[in-house]
Amino acid sequence: MYEEHSSEHKEFIRKEKVTKNAVIISRIIILAAIFLLWEAAANLKWIDPFIMSQPTRIVQTIINLSKDGSLFLHTGVTIYETIIGFLSGTILGTFIAVLLWWSNFAARVLDPYLVVLNALPKTALGPIILVWVGGTTGSIIVMALLLSIIVTILNVYQSFKSCDEDKIKLLKTFGATKVQILKKVVFPSSIPEIISTLKINVGLSLVGVIVGEFLVSKAGLGYLIIYGGQVFKMDLVMTSVIILAMAAALMYLSVAWIEKKFIKMR
Amino acid sequence: MDKVVELKNVTMNYHTLDGETQAIKNLSLDIRRGEFVSIVGPSGCGKSTLLSLISGLIKSSTGEILINNEPVKGLSRNVGYMPQRDHLFEWLTILRNTIIGLEIQKKLNKDTMRGAEKLLEEYGLGEFKHYYPKQLSGGMRQRAALIRTLAVNPEILLLDEPFSSLDYQTRLAISEEIWLIIKKEKKTAILVTHDIAEAVSMSDRIIVLTRRPGEVKSEHDIQLTTCENKTPIICREAPEFRIYFNMIWKELDVHV
Ligand SMILES: Nc1ncnc2c1ncn2[C@@H]1O[C@H](COP(=O)(O)OP(=O)(O)O)[C@@H](O)[C@H]1O
Ligand SMILES: [Mg+2]
Repeated sequence: MYEEHSSEHKEFIRKEKVTKNAVIISRIIILAAIFLLWEAAANLKWIDPFIMSQPTRIVQTIINLSKDGSLFLHTGVTIYETIIGFLSGTILGTFIAVLLWWSNFAARVLDPYLVVLNALPKTALGPIILVWVGGTTGSIIVMALLLSIIVTILNVYQSFKSCDEDKIKLLKTFGATKVQILKKVVFPSSIPEIISTLKINVGLSLVGVIVGEFLVSKAGLGYLIIYGGQVFKMDLVMTSVIILAMAAALMYLSVAWIEKKFIKMR
Repeated sequence: MDKVVELKNVTMNYHTLDGETQAIKNLSLDIRRGEFVSIVGPSGCGKSTLLSLISGLIKSSTGEILINNEPVKGLSRNVGYMPQRDHLFEWLTILRNTIIGLEIQKKLNKDTMRGAEKLLEEYGLGEFKHYYPKQLSGGMRQRAALIRTLAVNPEILLLDEPFSSLDYQTRLAISEEIWLIIKKEKKTAILVTHDIAEAVSMSDRIIVLTRRPGEVKSEHDIQLTTCENKTPIICREAPEFRIYFNMIWKELDVHV
C-alpha cells in the first residue's frame, strides 16, 4: 500500500482514472442530452407536451406536489410497501426453503407445485387478492409477497441443496444433528445467495406493489400513475414514473451496499 | 498386540436406482494402537467407503467392525476424520473453525477452549487464530484442519487423501509436519492416499487394496534403515525406500 510505485505503475493508475472519469462524464452527457432534446422538442412543437409532457413541466409538477406534501406521502407509501413486501417474501421464503430442506419427501411432493407457481404470472392473481383481502394496503403487500416468495423458495432451497456434501460429512463425523448441520454450515454458506435473492426481490416486490396500487387505487406512486392516466395528466404520470425509477434505484443500491458490507465482513 | 480397529469380513453394497455397487467385499484387517497405516488402491476401489465405515457414518451390509473391542454402532466418538480438502468454513476465524467439533459435541468450556488455543500455538498458528481461512496458505489451512480434528481428542485419525489438493512442495512439507503432530499426540492413524512415496515414507504398514470391490491384496510392514529421529522426509533417503516403492507400484498394477 505505502510502498513507492514505479512511474510505469503511476502511469497505469492515471490512465485507469482517466477512463473511469470519461465513463462517468459520458453517462451524465447522455442523461442531459435526453432531457435537453425532450425540452427542445416540446418547445419547438415537434411533440405535443400535453401527451409527451416535458422536463420543465415535470419539475413544476414536482414542486407543486412537494408543496402539499403529497409527493412524499405517495413515494413513502410505495417504498414502505415494497420494503415490507420483499422482507416478508425473503424471510418467509427462506423459512419454507428450510422446511423443504428438512423434509426431502415434502420437497419431492411439492416440486411440481412450485414449478407451476413459479411459471404463473403472479400479477394475474391481483383481482382475486383484491376480492379476498380487500382494497387495503394488505392486498398490496400480499401482492408484493407473492411475487418474491416463490423465487426465494426455489433459489434458497437450491442453495441449501448445493451445500458441500463433504462439509456436512465433516460435521456428521463430529456427531452433528440435523439442526446443527443447518445452523453451522447449510445456512451460513447460503447467506450470500439469500442476500442476492434480496436484491432480486426488491425489483419483484416493486412490480407487485405497483400492480397492487393500480388495483387498490388509494395511495402510492402506482396510484398516481393510474390516476394521472385516467384524468389525462401526463405530467403527473411522467413525474411519478421518474420518481419511481429513482426510488427503485435507491432501494436496489441500498441492498447492494448491504451485500458489499456483508461480504467484506466475512 | 493391542488392536484398536478390527474389521471382520466386511462387505459394503451401495444401492441406487441404477443398480447395486459392491464397493468392498469380504474385507478383514486389524489396526494396532499407535500404528500409522496407509491404505492404497486404485481409484474407486472403496477406500473412502472403508473410512466412512470405520467412522460409523455408514453401516456395512455384512460383517463386523470393532473399535476397542466394541462393535461400531452409529457414530464413534473415538474417531476423528480429516477430509480431502481442508473444508475450513470461510466465514469463521481459525479459532472458531478449530472449536467447531467441540461446539457440536457441546464440550466447549474454558478448558477445552484453552486446549484448542494451545494446539494452535504449539503448531505455529497462535498468531493467526483470529484470521480468516482465506488469509492463510494451503499448508497452514491443512494444519488448522488437523487441529480441528484433534481438538475433540479422538483416539484414531482417519485421513482421506488429505494432501491431494496441495502442490508438490507444500505437500512434502505438510505431510512431514502432520506426521510429526500425529506422532507427538500419540494417535493411531489410517491414511488413504494414492501417492506411493507418501505412503512408504509415512507409514508403519501399508495395505494394498484390489480393484473394486475392494479386498486386501497385500500388506507390507515398512522397515527402513534410517537414523534415530526418523521423519517422512528422512525416510525417503533410506536404501529400502525404492524397493518398497517398486513393489507396491507393481501390485497396484496400473494400466494407462
Ligand atoms: N453414496 C454412494 N452411492 C452409490 N455408490 C457409491 C457411493 N459412494 C461411493 N460409491 C461407489 O463405491 C465405489 C467406491 O467408492 P469410494 O469408496 O469413494 O472409492 P475410493 O475412495 O477408493 O476412490 C465407487 O465405485 C463409487 O462409485
Ligand atoms: Mg476417495
